[in-house]
Amino acid sequence: MKVEAKLLLGLGTFFGLMCAVYWNWSLENAGGVMMFAGMLLCFLPGSYYYWWSRRMKARPEDNPQATQSQGAGVVGAFPGSSIFPFVMGMGAFFVVLALVFGIWLLVPGLGLVVWALLGGTAEGRRGGHH
Amino acid sequence: MTDVLDPPVHIEHHDDGHEEHHGATGILNWLTSTDHKVIGLSYTVTSVIMLVIGGLFAEIIRAQLASPNGTLVSLAQYNELFTMHGSVMIYLFAGPFAFGALANIIVPIQIGAPDMAFPRLNALSYWLYLGGSITMLSGFFTAGGAANFGWVGYAPLSNGLNTPGSGADLWIAGLLLTGFSAIFTGVNLCATIFYLRAPGMTMFRMPIFTWNMLVTAILILLAFPVLTAGLIMLYCDRHFGTHIFSVAGGGVPVLWQHIFWFWGHPEVYILALPFFGMVTEIIAVFSRKPVFGYKGMVFATLTIAALSLGVWAHHMFTTGVVLLPFFSIMSLLIAVPTGIKIFNWIGTMWRGEIWFSTAMLMALGFLFTFLIGGLTGIYLASPPLDFFTHDTYFVVAHFHSIVMALVLAGMAGLYYWGPKITGYLLNERIGKAQFWLLFIGTQVFTFPLYILGLDGMPRRMAVYPHDPQWKFLNDLSTLGAVIIGLSTVLFVVNVVVSWKKYPAGDNPWDAHTLEWFTTSPPPHHNFYRLPQIRSERPTWDHNHPDYRALHHGVHEGVHEHAQSSEETPV
Amino acid sequence: MPGFGASPGITDSSKSAFHLWQWFSIGAVIIGGFTVLLMLYAVLRFRRKSDRIPEQHQYHLPLEVIYTVVPILIVFGLFAATLVVENKETSNPKTNVVVNVNAFQWGWQFLYPGTNALVYGQTTESPVMEIPVNTNVHVNLTSTDVIHGFYVRAFNFSRYALPGVVNQFTIRAQSTGMFFGQCTQLCGLYHSLMFFRVKVVSASEYARWIATFNNPAAIASAAAALKTTNAELASGVASKTSYTKFGR
Repeated sequence: MKVEAKLLLGLGTFFGLMCAVYWNWSLENAGGVMMFAGMLLCFLPGSYYYWWSRRMKARPEDNPQATQSQGAGVVGAFPGSSIFPFVMGMGAFFVVLALVFGIWLLVPGLGLVVWALLGGTAEGRRGGHH
Repeated sequence: MTDVLDPPVHIEHHDDGHEEHHGATGILNWLTSTDHKVIGLSYTVTSVIMLVIGGLFAEIIRAQLASPNGTLVSLAQYNELFTMHGSVMIYLFAGPFAFGALANIIVPIQIGAPDMAFPRLNALSYWLYLGGSITMLSGFFTAGGAANFGWVGYAPLSNGLNTPGSGADLWIAGLLLTGFSAIFTGVNLCATIFYLRAPGMTMFRMPIFTWNMLVTAILILLAFPVLTAGLIMLYCDRHFGTHIFSVAGGGVPVLWQHIFWFWGHPEVYILALPFFGMVTEIIAVFSRKPVFGYKGMVFATLTIAALSLGVWAHHMFTTGVVLLPFFSIMSLLIAVPTGIKIFNWIGTMWRGEIWFSTAMLMALGFLFTFLIGGLTGIYLASPPLDFFTHDTYFVVAHFHSIVMALVLAGMAGLYYWGPKITGYLLNERIGKAQFWLLFIGTQVFTFPLYILGLDGMPRRMAVYPHDPQWKFLNDLSTLGAVIIGLSTVLFVVNVVVSWKKYPAGDNPWDAHTLEWFTTSPPPHHNFYRLPQIRSERPTWDHNHPDYRALHHGVHEGVHEHAQSSEETPV
Repeated sequence: MPGFGASPGITDSSKSAFHLWQWFSIGAVIIGGFTVLLMLYAVLRFRRKSDRIPEQHQYHLPLEVIYTVVPILIVFGLFAATLVVENKETSNPKTNVVVNVNAFQWGWQFLYPGTNALVYGQTTESPVMEIPVNTNVHVNLTSTDVIHGFYVRAFNFSRYALPGVVNQFTIRAQSTGMFFGQCTQLCGLYHSLMFFRVKVVSASEYARWIATFNNPAAIASAAAALKTTNAELASGVASKTSYTKFGR
């Protein structure tokens, strides 16, 4: 995990330096704030990965001498076919249309979104199809 | 004794044995699929349809400009046309094709993963993209027409006073959907690349395409939320009585530009980096050499991404209210990592055995066209030179050189990976004819525009003054656009003619990376077997164990053999 | 030295910008030409001749360092040249000749503070901004509605007219004549027709022209025109019915 951590921390540091130079030189707040936020966005996962990388044992994908058998077993949960992404997508579609054609569209929109959230969570807990 | 890598290891399937696709077929299967290959294919088809729609708008624009006082479309319709041409091409074609289509299909296979980290989120990304596209395009069916304030939507022109009407609101709404689509894809790509690599696939053994997709994903996460926030602010100005971007009320119109371009500049690298990655792999495979300067390529990609967050106001040099020298030096510096990439591509070909397949020809076409676009970009990084080229056809020509280069690269990617995804090759003769039309058409289309811009023709003009030289140059550019259109027709012809005709096999190109180890198309969860991974070219190493990469003449295999003999073959 | 598509223009800063363009172009031709030649050479010389697998060279550190460092040096050179021209173009020496340029949907208004001169015109009326030759002319540029672009090719220059902001710049024209200008920033329906002209005349001709605004009839008509413009501008975009006479 060390490379991933250094990648993000490195980017974040660069953004921090760029922000310091830019904001002090230009006194322009929009760009300053946006660059600062970019720095924070990189430091957040970057610090987490860095903290973890010093505590975890090397994963097979971090080991240049790993054999494929070392990665045997369950890799992760990969929920198979599910109607809920489509339902959520339809819900989001109606929600933004409510911005254009009227607030009543929030009824089907939020309805579908909530159905997808509940149904999708339940499906995830049940294990879903494969 | 020849040193041999350990034999491939059988994948232990973690399904509960229900291997075959049971349940839904047909439409319901498509609506409920979370397989990254199906989703990626949906993205590919939808984005190519968007390319054709955007292209149709372009042909109408060029037809209008064929005469100085053209009457093909009205002034109002023309504003809608170029707005939607740019919007469809950038928001609905190039972005989704770059990070939703080929990346979705190829990245998991390139790193030995069974799927993306969050398959249902991946599917949601596609439905949001489709919904957003329909929303944005439906502006044409409203009374006031589609959005007409340019693909960049500058305030105050885009506010409720100057552009009332739902076409503009549908544009905003569509972009909110496609924006979240992109953000979720960014999350998925990062998680997949960080967490789902196969054993032995260290970060510095990932293919360059995957590296570029990782950096693209990070840029998406940094930039897209800014656009979404700006769009919400614009919507509030239009409908909730806020004055964020309007002077009457204490707002600042230029703030829109800062917010938009803080997203807008990383966006063009979000568009470009995936295509750089495709081209890197294709050039290596068809030169029968490893990527030259792998670490340099990674470093260059990261540098481009880092710098791209600090150059946005080079789109605003003529506002008079931005810090010119800062943005000038940062923009000029981006030329350096881009140059490194170009020289590494040439170095990859150097002393190779170059095979001019359609994919390679398209990649070479990209190389030349991108060089032209990149060099003209350097002028624009200098404010005094930008002052007389901004908002003229010089800028239009610059970015069309770049995007046409990306289209060439995208075609290269389709010809290269199409067989892996579908199991069938495309016809090479039709492909080569398509290449020549696309390449020549691109140059004929863009070169007159450079001259027109320097001669003083501004952009976004429905009509222009009577001048025989301007008419001639416009006509020439229109001819180039027609040739590009013909090349697109040839592509569709090729797809139809080659349908299920030329079976590809696992590795028709003798390619290097992990996706070429599995079948074409790959099975459910991508691999039956995985080879040992000891470099960034696991398939090449497996097929050509005597030809692993040279480091200053020392054969890497010697070291490998000493170590691998201690491992137990499985 | 060839112009590489650009032209020197008629002001001192347009000529500096033109020279900068020429130097950038020479660099572009050299670097671009060199790179294209490399590409062509590689593509021709290393065409596949057999099925042999070539030597698998993967990197060459000295070469990579060279093509990292040399472009950085070139970039700093380009930046230095840019700064010289930029500092000259953005300077605003004191001068007596001031023009207030007001852009609006879809025309231009030129006011000369300290005098009674006022010029106003919409779209194809192409109002004329008259200025004296070999004199520093200070321009105060703004807009009353959306963003417009003030672009004159003969000056090798453009600047946004921003509502709520006054952009200031100086022009020093070195030749007389009539020069074409138009709006370059998308501003709505008649953006394509938002023309104006700049007329550079001798100092004495300029003084004479300013004086023509001093008779009571001219003052009255100028005041009336200003009042009409301002009334129209204040009433918002939607009520600009007078613009439909330009058709389409």
